[in-house]
Amino acid sequence: MLETKNINFYYGNFHALKNISMKIENNTVVAFIGPSGCGKSTFLRLFNRMNDLIPDTRLTGECIINEEDIYQKSIDVTNLRKKVGMVFQKPNPFPKTIFENVAYSLRVDGVKDSRFITQRVEESLKDAALWDEVKDKLKKSAFELSGGQQQRLCIARALAISPSVILMDEPASALDPISTSKIEELIHILKKDYTIVIVTHNMQQAARVSDKTGFFMLGELVEYSDTKKIFMNPEKEETQNYVTGRFG
Amino acid sequence: MKKIPLNVKQNIAFGTFRLLSLLVVAILFWILGFIIYQGAGVINWKFLTTSPSDGMTSGGIFPAIVGTLCLIVGSSIVAFPVGIFSAVYTSEYAGNGNIVKFIRIMTNNLAGIPSIVFGLFGMSLFVNTMGFGDSIIAGSLTLGLLTLPLVIRTTEEALKAIPDSFRSGSLALGASKLQTISRIILPMAFPNIITGLILSIGRISGETAPILFTVAAYFLPHLPHSIYDQVMALPYHLYVISVSGTDLEATRPLAYGTALVLILIVLIINISASFLRKKLQKRHA
Repeated sequence: MLETKNINFYYGNFHALKNISMKIENNTVVAFIGPSGCGKSTFLRLFNRMNDLIPDTRLTGECIINEEDIYQKSIDVTNLRKKVGMVFQKPNPFPKTIFENVAYSLRVDGVKDSRFITQRVEESLKDAALWDEVKDKLKKSAFELSGGQQQRLCIARALAISPSVILMDEPASALDPISTSKIEELIHILKKDYTIVIVTHNMQQAARVSDKTGFFMLGELVEYSDTKKIFMNPEKEETQNYVTGRFG
Repeated sequence: MKKIPLNVKQNIAFGTFRLLSLLVVAILFWILGFIIYQGAGVINWKFLTTSPSDGMTSGGIFPAIVGTLCLIVGSSIVAFPVGIFSAVYTSEYAGNGNIVKFIRIMTNNLAGIPSIVFGLFGMSLFVNTMGFGDSIIAGSLTLGLLTLPLVIRTTEEALKAIPDSFRSGSLALGASKLQTISRIILPMAFPNIITGLILSIGRISGETAPILFTVAAYFLPHLPHSIYDQVMALPYHLYVISVSGTDLEATRPLAYGTALVLILIVLIINISASFLRKKLQKRHA
């Protein structure tokens, strides 16, 4: 389970996240929606500490994954990121073969057993619904794949190290409609084994893929509840305005 | 006054630009052609494989070729690791604080120091203080220092050209920073790093001033036995037979031949390095 308690986050003097508390149950899909700059991506990146890479930032509050505050001093960030995988907005495969892209997280983890690696690569590619398309060209460069295939490769790459949570930062916004629907189908399937948090600008997408939705505005979590409720019968007027497109 | 139409103006402008860029090429070919024309006649197997003889008015340049190759290898060993690793430090690890700014300014200043000053410094530090004497090691260290800023700057540029998405992609998979740099970033940057190394080898092989007081021998008709020996070197040999020989008119063709060999060495290194680069690029594309 993921839980935040009174999270405040600052870029320099800019107060980007304001007192956010939220619980995300295991094996659910949670979507974050909201206008650009509302803090939803910043909030997403808290869970695998990618914000650590940005200089001059500050955090208060607690961010708990499986009963452990991941911002404690004793936490090994590389271990955390093996449990909390991430898929980025633009597909970013490495300039390596398809096989080596998926094997990368195992290799950096120190796995030497090549039979195990081969097996995990195959499983991950199957889980990412890419195996049938690439099984005959695992030795080919990942750059030869289409954009949508590259993004599914990035998902397979994230699955290989067996995380429990997958963060997706607008994973389909750079893809065509067919590739987008493939990613959405995939999210449905992955839900069985993983907890998925997805940031999206596409409200239909949020409605289609998620169990719960959080609406962010100006660094605040305005409303967070079942996706149906958010889209059909939200409590707050701002949410109503945003999901019906009357925002502004 | 009648207004000149825009497209005529444009044609005049681009015509001028084209002419100027052709001029650059023409000058290059002029120099090359001149040296080939003057020097090709003396180049034969004997010229490449024997020592100078008869007060350097005849014979070959073999010791100088070997000497220059020694200095290229030696100063590469000095400059490449130091340069590449310090560039990795400044552009990947150190952030953008005051220390990095200071290092960068100092690196640029180092690049601006005249090469003769490096020669004097090398003589004082490596030859005298450290007691290496006039030797390959003293010359390599001096040339290495000279070329260090070039290596650092081109490596930094190569690293900066790698989009951050590859760094965050690797880190998000649980790779450490060191793993990210050694497994993703450096291999990707390598083709461009090599370009910088080629430039620096070109510089190393042509420099005369820094080796003048640190390694170069006026006349030494045998090969070095260790890194503590002096060697002849092509640029210095060229200088010697051009201005201070016993019979300058007779040695003029030898000088052009020496220049041609120097150019060919740099050319061969450039071609093989860009071949290597193409191969690497293919592997990572």
